Amino acid sequence: MNYHWNWGIFFEPNPMGTGTYLDMLLSGLALTLKTAVLAWIIALVFGSLIGVMRTLPSRAAYWFGFCWVEFFRNMPLLVQLFLWYFVLPELLPKAAGTWLKQLPNAPFWTAAIGVGLFMSARVAVQLQAGIGSLPRGQKMAATALGLTTVQGYRYVLLPMAFRIILPPLTSEFLNTIKNTAVAITIGLLELTGQARSMQEFSFQVFEAFTAATLLYLLVNAVVVTAMRFLERYVAIPGYITGK
Amino acid sequence: MFGNLDFDVIRRALPYLFFEGMTFTVTLTTLAGLGGLIFGTAIALMRLSGFKVLGRIAGIYVDFMRSLPLVLVIFWFYFLVPYIGQWVTGASRPISVGAFASSLITFIMFEAAYFSEIMRAGIQSISRGQPAAANALGLTYAQTMRYVVLPQAFRNMLPVLLTQTIVLFQDTSLVYVLSIPDFLGAASKVAQRDGRLVEMYLFAAVVYFTISCVASFGVRRLQARIAIIR
Repeated sequence: MNYHWNWGIFFEPNPMGTGTYLDMLLSGLALTLKTAVLAWIIALVFGSLIGVMRTLPSRAAYWFGFCWVEFFRNMPLLVQLFLWYFVLPELLPKAAGTWLKQLPNAPFWTAAIGVGLFMSARVAVQLQAGIGSLPRGQKMAATALGLTTVQGYRYVLLPMAFRIILPPLTSEFLNTIKNTAVAITIGLLELTGQARSMQEFSFQVFEAFTAATLLYLLVNAVVVTAMRFLERYVAIPGYITGK
Repeated sequence: MFGNLDFDVIRRALPYLFFEGMTFTVTLTTLAGLGGLIFGTAIALMRLSGFKVLGRIAGIYVDFMRSLPLVLVIFWFYFLVPYIGQWVTGASRPISVGAFASSLITFIMFEAAYFSEIMRAGIQSISRGQPAAANALGLTYAQTMRYVVLPQAFRNMLPVLLTQTIVLFQDTSLVYVLSIPDFLGAASKVAQRDGRLVEMYLFAAVVYFTISCVASFGVRRLQARIAIIR
Protein backbone atom coordinates (compact mmCIF):
# COMPACT_ATOMS: atom_id res chain seq x y z
CA MET A 1 0.00 0.00 0.00
CA ASN A 2 1.38 3.39 -0.95
CA TYR A 3 -0.73 5.17 1.64
CA HIS A 4 1.12 7.69 3.76
CA TRP A 5 0.40 6.82 7.38
CA ASN A 6 0.68 9.58 9.94
CA TRP A 7 -0.66 8.65 13.36
CA GLY A 8 0.75 11.86 14.82
CA ILE A 9 -1.99 13.75 12.97
CA PHE A 10 -4.24 13.61 16.03
CA PHE A 11 -1.95 15.97 17.94
CA GLU A 12 -1.62 18.50 15.14
CA PRO A 13 -3.81 21.62 15.31
CA ASN A 14 -6.99 21.49 13.24
CA PRO A 15 -7.77 24.26 10.72
CA MET A 16 -10.81 25.39 12.70
CA GLY A 17 -8.58 26.66 15.49
CA THR A 18 -10.42 24.61 18.11
CA GLY A 19 -7.36 22.70 19.29
CA THR A 20 -6.00 19.47 17.85
CA TYR A 21 -7.69 17.00 15.50
CA LEU A 22 -8.24 14.79 18.53
CA ASP A 23 -10.23 17.59 20.20
CA MET A 24 -12.34 17.77 17.05
CA LEU A 25 -13.18 14.06 17.23
CA LEU A 26 -13.90 14.23 20.96
CA SER A 27 -16.30 17.15 20.48
CA GLY A 28 -17.99 15.00 17.84
CA LEU A 29 -18.26 12.16 20.35
CA ALA A 30 -19.79 14.51 22.92
CA LEU A 31 -22.37 15.67 20.38
CA THR A 32 -23.16 12.06 19.39
CA LEU A 33 -23.81 11.20 23.04
CA LYS A 34 -25.87 14.34 23.67
CA THR A 35 -28.04 13.72 20.61
CA ALA A 36 -28.42 10.03 21.41
CA VAL A 37 -29.44 10.61 25.04
CA LEU A 38 -32.05 13.23 24.12
CA ALA A 39 -33.33 11.01 21.28
CA TRP A 40 -33.52 8.04 23.66
CA ILE A 41 -35.57 10.02 26.19
CA ILE A 42 -38.01 10.99 23.41
CA ALA A 43 -38.10 7.39 22.16
CA LEU A 44 -38.81 6.03 25.65
CA VAL A 45 -41.57 8.55 26.45
CA PHE A 46 -43.41 8.21 23.12
CA GLY A 47 -42.60 4.52 22.74
CA SER A 48 -44.06 3.74 26.18
CA LEU A 49 -47.23 5.73 25.49
CA ILE A 50 -47.77 4.11 22.09
CA GLY A 51 -46.80 0.66 23.34
CA VAL A 52 -49.38 0.91 26.14
CA MET A 53 -52.01 2.22 23.73
CA ARG A 54 -51.53 -0.83 21.54
CA THR A 55 -52.46 -3.09 24.46
CA LEU A 56 -55.53 -1.14 25.64
CA PRO A 57 -59.00 -2.54 24.97
CA SER A 58 -59.99 0.68 23.14
CA ARG A 59 -59.99 0.17 19.37
CA ALA A 60 -59.26 3.84 18.70
CA ALA A 61 -56.15 3.70 20.90
CA TYR A 62 -55.04 0.52 19.18
CA TRP A 63 -55.42 2.05 15.73
CA PHE A 64 -53.63 5.22 16.70
CA GLY A 65 -50.71 3.13 17.96
CA PHE A 66 -50.78 0.97 14.85
CA CYS A 67 -50.64 3.99 12.50
CA TRP A 68 -47.86 5.62 14.56
CA VAL A 69 -45.69 2.51 14.38
CA GLU A 70 -46.31 1.90 10.66
CA PHE A 71 -45.64 5.55 9.84
CA PHE A 72 -42.27 5.68 11.56
CA ARG A 73 -41.18 2.16 10.63
CA ASN A 74 -41.83 2.23 6.90
CA MET A 75 -39.71 5.21 5.92
CA PRO A 76 -35.93 5.34 5.91
CA LEU A 77 -34.56 7.42 8.79
CA LEU A 78 -32.75 9.62 6.29
CA VAL A 79 -36.04 10.48 4.55
CA GLN A 80 -37.68 11.23 7.91
CA LEU A 81 -34.87 13.61 8.85
CA PHE A 82 -35.27 15.36 5.49
CA LEU A 83 -39.00 15.68 6.11
CA TRP A 84 -38.46 17.32 9.51
CA TYR A 85 -35.57 19.46 8.34
CA PHE A 86 -36.49 20.63 4.82
CA VAL A 87 -40.20 19.98 4.36
CA LEU A 88 -41.88 20.76 7.70
CA PRO A 89 -40.82 24.46 7.90
CA GLU A 90 -42.23 25.06 4.39
CA LEU A 91 -45.61 23.52 5.19
CA LEU A 92 -46.16 25.43 8.43
CA PRO A 93 -47.65 28.93 8.46
CA LYS A 94 -45.03 31.43 7.40
CA ALA A 95 -44.17 32.83 10.85
CA ALA A 96 -43.76 29.39 12.42
CA GLY A 97 -41.70 28.15 9.47
CA THR A 98 -39.34 31.13 9.66
CA TRP A 99 -38.98 30.64 13.41
CA LEU A 100 -38.10 26.97 12.86
CA LYS A 101 -35.57 27.76 10.17
CA GLN A 102 -33.84 30.39 12.31
CA LEU A 103 -33.63 28.16 15.35
CA PRO A 104 -30.02 28.00 16.53
CA ASN A 105 -28.69 24.44 16.50
CA ALA A 106 -31.48 23.32 14.16
CA PRO A 107 -29.58 20.16 13.01
CA PHE A 108 -29.16 19.06 16.64
CA TRP A 109 -32.85 19.43 17.54
CA THR A 110 -33.99 17.90 14.25
CA ALA A 111 -31.67 14.93 14.72
CA ALA A 112 -32.68 14.34 18.35
CA ILE A 113 -36.41 14.59 17.64
CA GLY A 114 -36.21 12.74 14.30
CA VAL A 115 -34.15 9.84 15.63
CA GLY A 116 -36.24 9.83 18.82
CA LEU A 117 -39.55 9.47 16.99
CA PHE A 118 -38.04 6.89 14.61
CA MET A 119 -36.88 4.80 17.58
CA SER A 120 -40.15 5.31 19.48
CA ALA A 121 -41.88 2.98 17.01
CA ARG A 122 -39.38 0.24 17.84
CA VAL A 123 -39.65 0.82 21.60
CA ALA A 124 -43.45 0.66 21.28
CA VAL A 125 -43.31 -2.72 19.54
CA GLN A 126 -40.93 -4.10 22.18
CA LEU A 127 -43.10 -2.84 25.04
CA GLN A 128 -46.24 -4.24 23.44
CA ALA A 129 -44.53 -7.62 23.19
CA GLY A 130 -43.35 -7.31 26.80
CA ILE A 131 -46.84 -6.55 28.10
CA GLY A 132 -48.23 -9.31 25.89
CA SER A 133 -45.80 -11.83 27.37
CA LEU A 134 -47.21 -11.35 30.88
CA PRO A 135 -49.72 -13.96 32.02
CA ARG A 136 -53.34 -12.82 31.65
CA GLY A 137 -53.81 -13.33 35.37
CA GLN A 138 -51.65 -10.29 36.19
CA LYS A 139 -54.10 -7.86 34.67
CA MET A 140 -57.06 -9.74 36.10
CA ALA A 141 -55.55 -9.77 39.58
CA ALA A 142 -54.93 -6.04 39.35
CA THR A 143 -58.57 -5.49 38.40
CA ALA A 144 -59.76 -7.83 41.14
CA LEU A 145 -57.79 -5.83 43.71
CA GLY A 146 -59.74 -2.74 42.63
CA LEU A 147 -56.91 -1.01 40.78
CA THR A 148 -57.96 1.32 37.99
CA THR A 149 -56.52 0.76 34.50
CA VAL A 150 -53.90 3.46 35.09
CA GLN A 151 -52.94 1.97 38.44
CA GLY A 152 -52.84 -1.52 36.95
CA TYR A 153 -50.35 -0.40 34.33
CA ARG A 154 -48.39 1.77 36.76
CA TYR A 155 -47.97 -0.76 39.58
CA VAL A 156 -48.40 -4.18 38.00
CA LEU A 157 -47.93 -4.47 34.24
CA LEU A 158 -45.29 -1.87 33.35
CA PRO A 159 -42.76 -2.66 36.11
CA MET A 160 -42.78 -6.29 34.95
CA ALA A 161 -42.85 -5.55 31.23
CA PHE A 162 -39.94 -3.09 31.32
CA ARG A 163 -37.78 -5.51 33.26
CA ILE A 164 -38.54 -8.30 30.77
CA ILE A 165 -37.71 -6.19 27.71
CA LEU A 166 -34.54 -4.67 29.17
CA PRO A 167 -32.15 -6.72 26.96
CA PRO A 168 -33.85 -5.75 23.66
CA LEU A 169 -34.11 -2.16 24.92
CA THR A 170 -30.32 -2.18 25.36
CA SER A 171 -29.83 -2.97 21.70
CA GLU A 172 -32.39 -0.32 20.75
CA PHE A 173 -30.37 2.21 22.76
CA LEU A 174 -27.22 1.11 20.91
CA ASN A 175 -29.15 1.54 17.64
CA THR A 176 -30.10 5.04 18.74
CA ILE A 177 -26.44 5.94 19.21
CA LYS A 178 -25.57 4.48 15.81
CA ASN A 179 -28.52 6.16 14.09
CA THR A 180 -27.39 9.64 15.15
CA ALA A 181 -24.68 9.22 12.49
CA VAL A 182 -27.38 9.61 9.83
CA ALA A 183 -27.70 13.24 10.95
CA ILE A 184 -24.43 13.92 9.12
CA THR A 185 -26.72 14.48 6.10
CA ILE A 186 -28.39 17.50 7.70
CA GLY A 187 -25.04 18.93 8.75
CA LEU A 188 -24.77 17.71 12.34
CA LEU A 189 -21.07 17.42 13.18
CA GLU A 190 -21.29 14.34 15.38
CA LEU A 191 -18.54 11.72 15.56
CA THR A 192 -18.86 10.37 12.00
CA GLY A 193 -19.24 13.92 10.69
CA GLN A 194 -16.12 15.10 12.51
CA ALA A 195 -14.15 12.07 11.24
CA ARG A 196 -15.32 12.92 7.73
CA SER A 197 -14.27 16.56 8.01
CA MET A 198 -10.94 15.55 9.56
CA GLN A 199 -10.43 13.34 6.50
CA GLU A 200 -11.28 16.23 4.18
CA PHE A 201 -8.90 18.65 5.92
CA SER A 202 -5.95 16.35 6.53
CA PHE A 203 -6.32 13.61 3.85
CA GLN A 204 -5.54 11.07 6.59
CA VAL A 205 -8.57 8.92 5.75
CA PHE A 206 -7.77 5.76 7.62
CA GLU A 207 -6.45 7.40 10.79
CA ALA A 208 -9.62 9.49 11.07
CA PHE A 209 -12.00 6.57 10.53
CA THR A 210 -9.98 4.23 12.75
CA ALA A 211 -10.25 6.71 15.61
CA ALA A 212 -14.01 7.11 15.07
CA THR A 213 -14.39 3.30 14.93
CA LEU A 214 -12.50 2.86 18.20
CA LEU A 215 -14.61 5.53 19.90
CA TYR A 216 -17.84 3.86 18.75
CA LEU A 217 -16.58 0.48 20.00
CA LEU A 218 -15.68 2.07 23.34
CA VAL A 219 -19.14 3.64 23.73
CA ASN A 220 -20.71 0.30 22.83
CA ALA A 221 -18.63 -1.56 25.41
CA VAL A 222 -19.46 0.96 28.14
CA VAL A 223 -23.20 0.83 27.43
CA VAL A 224 -23.27 -2.98 27.27
CA THR A 225 -21.38 -3.30 30.56
CA ALA A 226 -23.55 -0.73 32.33
CA MET A 227 -26.75 -2.37 31.10
CA ARG A 228 -25.55 -5.77 32.25
CA PHE A 229 -25.24 -4.39 35.79
CA LEU A 230 -28.69 -2.82 35.50
CA GLU A 231 -30.14 -6.10 34.20
CA ARG A 232 -28.74 -7.98 37.18
CA TYR A 233 -30.00 -5.28 39.56
CA VAL A 234 -33.59 -5.33 38.30
CA ALA A 235 -33.78 -9.07 37.46
CA ILE A 236 -37.09 -10.64 38.41
CA PRO A 237 -36.76 -13.42 40.99
CA GLY A 238 -38.16 -16.70 39.67
CA TYR A 239 -37.38 -15.95 36.00
CA ILE A 240 -34.50 -17.70 34.21
CA THR A 241 -32.43 -14.52 34.37
CA GLY A 242 -33.53 -13.85 37.95
CA LYS A 243 -31.62 -14.18 41.20
CA MET B 1 -50.45 25.11 2.89
CA PHE B 2 -49.99 23.20 -0.36
CA GLY B 3 -50.95 26.32 -2.35
CA ASN B 4 -47.63 27.26 -3.89
CA LEU B 5 -46.41 23.73 -4.51
CA ASP B 6 -45.78 22.50 -8.04
CA PHE B 7 -46.49 18.80 -8.24
CA ASP B 8 -45.83 18.77 -11.98
CA VAL B 9 -42.12 18.72 -11.20
CA ILE B 10 -42.60 15.15 -9.95
CA ARG B 11 -44.30 14.05 -13.17
CA ARG B 12 -41.47 15.48 -15.25
CA ALA B 13 -38.85 13.75 -13.14
CA LEU B 14 -40.61 10.37 -13.02
CA PRO B 15 -38.58 8.60 -15.74
CA TYR B 16 -35.30 9.68 -14.18
CA LEU B 17 -36.45 8.81 -10.64
CA PHE B 18 -37.60 5.32 -11.51
CA PHE B 19 -35.41 4.22 -14.42
CA GLU B 20 -32.20 5.52 -12.85
CA GLY B 21 -32.86 5.90 -9.15
CA MET B 22 -35.24 3.10 -8.27
CA THR B 23 -33.40 0.67 -10.57
CA PHE B 24 -30.20 1.38 -8.67
CA THR B 25 -31.93 0.99 -5.30
CA VAL B 26 -33.69 -2.26 -6.20
CA THR B 27 -30.61 -3.81 -7.84
CA LEU B 28 -28.48 -2.88 -4.86
CA THR B 29 -31.06 -4.25 -2.42
CA THR B 30 -31.44 -7.55 -4.29
CA LEU B 31 -27.75 -8.23 -4.84
CA ALA B 32 -26.75 -7.09 -1.35
CA GLY B 33 -29.55 -9.22 0.13
CA LEU B 34 -28.42 -12.33 -1.75
CA GLY B 35 -24.73 -11.71 -1.09
CA GLY B 36 -25.40 -10.92 2.55
CA LEU B 37 -27.46 -14.07 2.93
CA ILE B 38 -24.76 -16.32 1.42
CA PHE B 39 -21.92 -14.67 3.32
CA GLY B 40 -24.06 -14.50 6.47
CA THR B 41 -24.88 -18.21 6.29
CA ALA B 42 -21.16 -18.95 5.98
CA ILE B 43 -20.49 -16.85 9.09
CA ALA B 44 -23.28 -18.60 10.97
CA LEU B 45 -21.82 -22.01 10.04
CA MET B 46 -18.40 -20.82 11.21
CA ARG B 47 -19.86 -19.73 14.56
CA LEU B 48 -21.61 -23.07 15.04
CA SER B 49 -18.73 -25.20 13.81
CA GLY B 50 -16.68 -27.21 16.26
CA PHE B 51 -13.57 -25.13 15.56
CA LYS B 52 -13.13 -22.62 18.39
CA VAL B 53 -10.86 -20.30 16.39
CA LEU B 54 -13.28 -20.03 13.44
CA GLY B 55 -16.15 -19.36 15.82
CA ARG B 56 -14.19 -16.64 17.60
CA ILE B 57 -13.27 -14.91 14.34
CA ALA B 58 -16.86 -14.99 13.12
CA GLY B 59 -18.13 -13.73 16.48
CA ILE B 60 -15.71 -10.82 16.52
CA TYR B 61 -16.66 -9.90 12.95
CA VAL B 62 -20.37 -9.85 13.77
CA ASP B 63 -19.95 -7.86 17.00
CA PHE B 64 -17.63 -5.43 15.26
CA MET B 65 -19.96 -4.74 12.35
CA ARG B 66 -22.97 -4.41 14.61
CA SER B 67 -21.26 -1.80 16.81
CA LEU B 68 -20.64 0.64 13.97
CA PRO B 69 -23.07 3.06 12.31
CA LEU B 70 -23.80 2.14 8.70
CA VAL B 71 -22.77 5.64 7.55
CA LEU B 72 -19.29 5.13 8.98
CA VAL B 73 -19.02 1.68 7.35
CA ILE B 74 -20.07 3.18 4.00
CA PHE B 75 -17.28 5.73 4.31
CA TRP B 76 -14.77 3.05 5.35
CA PHE B 77 -15.40 0.86 2.35
CA TYR B 78 -15.63 3.76 -0.06
CA PHE B 79 -12.05 4.70 0.79
CA LEU B 80 -10.76 1.21 1.56
CA VAL B 81 -12.00 -0.77 -1.48
CA PRO B 82 -9.62 0.91 -3.98
CA TYR B 83 -6.68 -0.09 -1.76
CA ILE B 84 -7.97 -3.65 -1.35
CA GLY B 85 -8.37 -3.82 -5.13
CA GLN B 86 -4.80 -2.66 -5.56
CA TRP B 87 -3.58 -5.28 -3.11
CA VAL B 88 -5.57 -8.09 -4.78
CA THR B 89 -4.64 -7.25 -8.37
CA GLY B 90 -1.10 -6.17 -7.57
CA ALA B 91 -1.58 -2.86 -9.37
CA SER B 92 0.83 -0.01 -8.74
CA ARG B 93 -1.82 2.47 -7.55
CA PRO B 94 -5.23 2.24 -5.86
CA ILE B 95 -7.71 1.08 -8.51
CA SER B 96 -10.92 3.00 -8.93
CA VAL B 97 -14.10 0.97 -8.48
CA GLY B 98 -17.43 2.41 -9.40
CA ALA B 99 -19.94 3.78 -6.93
CA PHE B 100 -22.15 0.74 -7.43
CA ALA B 101 -19.43 -1.84 -6.75
CA SER B 102 -18.25 0.05 -3.69
CA SER B 103 -21.71 0.31 -2.15
CA LEU B 104 -22.54 -3.29 -3.06
CA ILE B 105 -19.44 -4.57 -1.23
CA THR B 106 -20.29 -2.34 1.74
CA PHE B 107 -23.83 -3.62 2.06
CA ILE B 108 -22.87 -7.29 1.58
CA MET B 109 -20.25 -7.06 4.32
CA PHE B 110 -22.52 -5.08 6.64
CA GLU B 111 -25.73 -7.05 6.14
CA ALA B 112 -23.87 -10.38 6.43
CA ALA B 113 -23.42 -9.63 10.13
CA TYR B 114 -27.18 -9.21 10.60
CA PHE B 115 -28.20 -12.10 8.31
CA SER B 116 -25.73 -14.39 10.07
CA GLU B 117 -27.47 -13.82 13.41
CA ILE B 118 -30.82 -14.69 11.83
CA MET B 119 -29.44 -17.83 10.20
CA ARG B 120 -27.72 -18.82 13.43
CA ALA B 121 -31.03 -18.62 15.27
CA GLY B 122 -32.65 -20.61 12.45
CA ILE B 123 -30.04 -23.37 12.57
CA GLN B 124 -30.22 -23.53 16.36
CA SER B 125 -34.00 -23.85 16.23
CA ILE B 126 -33.71 -27.23 14.48
CA SER B 127 -33.95 -30.18 16.78
CA ARG B 128 -30.85 -32.21 17.54
CA GLY B 129 -32.42 -35.34 16.11
CA GLN B 130 -32.27 -33.97 12.55
CA PRO B 131 -28.47 -33.77 12.15
CA ALA B 132 -28.16 -36.94 14.24
CA ALA B 133 -30.47 -38.80 11.84
CA ALA B 134 -28.58 -37.40 8.84
CA ASN B 135 -25.36 -38.58 10.43
CA ALA B 136 -26.85 -42.05 11.00
CA LEU B 137 -27.83 -42.18 7.32
CA GLY B 138 -24.19 -41.65 6.46
CA LEU B 139 -24.44 -38.10 5.15
CA THR B 140 -21.28 -36.02 5.38
CA TYR B 141 -21.25 -32.65 7.19
CA ALA B 142 -21.68 -30.79 3.89
CA GLN B 143 -24.56 -33.04 2.83
CA THR B 144 -26.23 -32.71 6.23
CA MET B 145 -26.13 -28.93 5.97
CA ARG B 146 -27.09 -28.84 2.30
CA TYR B 147 -30.02 -31.29 2.39
CA VAL B 148 -31.25 -31.36 5.99
CA VAL B 149 -30.37 -28.39 8.19
CA LEU B 150 -30.15 -25.32 5.94
CA PRO B 151 -33.41 -25.84 3.97
CA GLN B 152 -35.37 -26.07 7.23
CA ALA B 153 -33.50 -23.19 8.86
CA PHE B 154 -34.07 -21.05 5.78
CA ARG B 155 -37.76 -21.86 5.68
CA ASN B 156 -38.27 -21.14 9.37
CA MET B 157 -36.45 -17.84 9.12
CA LEU B 158 -37.86 -16.68 5.77
CA PRO B 159 -40.18 -14.01 7.26
CA VAL B 160 -37.37 -12.61 9.41
CA LEU B 161 -34.97 -12.64 6.47
CA LEU B 162 -37.49 -10.78 4.32
CA THR B 163 -38.15 -8.23 7.08
CA GLN B 164 -34.41 -7.65 7.31
CA THR B 165 -34.40 -7.16 3.53
CA ILE B 166 -37.03 -4.43 3.90
CA VAL B 167 -34.75 -2.76 6.46
CA LEU B 168 -31.92 -3.15 3.94
CA PHE B 169 -34.08 -1.53 1.25
CA GLN B 170 -34.58 1.49 3.50
CA ASP B 171 -30.92 1.55 4.52
CA THR B 172 -29.68 1.72 0.93
CA SER B 173 -30.91 5.32 0.96
CA LEU B 174 -27.80 6.08 3.04
CA VAL B 175 -25.58 5.86 -0.07
CA TYR B 176 -26.81 9.44 -0.34
CA VAL B 177 -23.70 10.40 1.68
CA LEU B 178 -21.56 9.37 -1.32
CA SER B 179 -23.72 11.47 -3.72
CA ILE B 180 -24.79 8.33 -5.57
CA PRO B 181 -28.07 8.64 -7.51
CA ASP B 182 -30.12 5.93 -5.85
CA PHE B 183 -33.84 6.70 -5.54
CA LEU B 184 -33.41 9.27 -2.77
CA GLY B 185 -30.22 10.62 -4.34
CA ALA B 186 -32.01 11.10 -7.67
CA ALA B 187 -34.94 12.81 -5.94
CA SER B 188 -32.56 15.09 -4.09
CA LYS B 189 -30.67 15.96 -7.32
CA VAL B 190 -33.90 17.01 -9.02
CA ALA B 191 -35.00 18.81 -5.86
CA GLN B 192 -31.85 20.89 -5.76
CA ARG B 193 -31.77 21.53 -9.51
CA ASP B 194 -35.36 22.79 -9.64
CA GLY B 195 -35.48 24.25 -6.13
CA ARG B 196 -38.38 21.95 -5.27
CA LEU B 197 -37.23 20.28 -2.05
CA VAL B 198 -40.69 19.98 -0.50
CA GLU B 199 -42.38 18.22 -3.42
CA MET B 200 -39.51 15.84 -4.14
CA TYR B 201 -38.88 14.79 -0.54
CA LEU B 202 -42.58 14.31 0.12
CA PHE B 203 -42.81 12.17 -3.00
CA ALA B 204 -39.76 10.12 -2.01
CA ALA B 205 -41.26 9.58 1.45
CA VAL B 206 -44.57 8.41 -0.05
CA VAL B 207 -42.81 5.99 -2.41
CA TYR B 208 -40.60 4.46 0.32
CA PHE B 209 -43.59 4.26 2.65
CA THR B 210 -45.81 2.53 0.08
CA ILE B 211 -43.21 -0.02 -0.97
CA SER B 212 -42.22 -0.89 2.60
CA CYS B 213 -45.86 -1.11 3.73
CA VAL B 214 -46.87 -3.39 0.88
CA ALA B 215 -43.77 -5.53 1.36
CA SER B 216 -44.26 -5.95 5.11
CA PHE B 217 -47.93 -6.74 4.56
CA GLY B 218 -46.83 -9.43 2.09
CA VAL B 219 -44.35 -10.81 4.61
CA ARG B 220 -47.12 -11.07 7.23
CA ARG B 221 -49.32 -12.97 4.78
CA LEU B 222 -46.45 -15.26 3.85
CA GLN B 223 -45.66 -15.88 7.51
CA ALA B 224 -49.23 -17.02 8.14
CA ARG B 225 -49.13 -19.29 5.10
CA ILE B 226 -45.83 -21.06 5.53
CA ALA B 227 -45.93 -21.45 9.30
CA ILE B 228 -45.32 -25.08 10.16
CA ILE B 229 -47.97 -26.42 12.47
CA ARG B 230 -46.30 -28.36 15.22
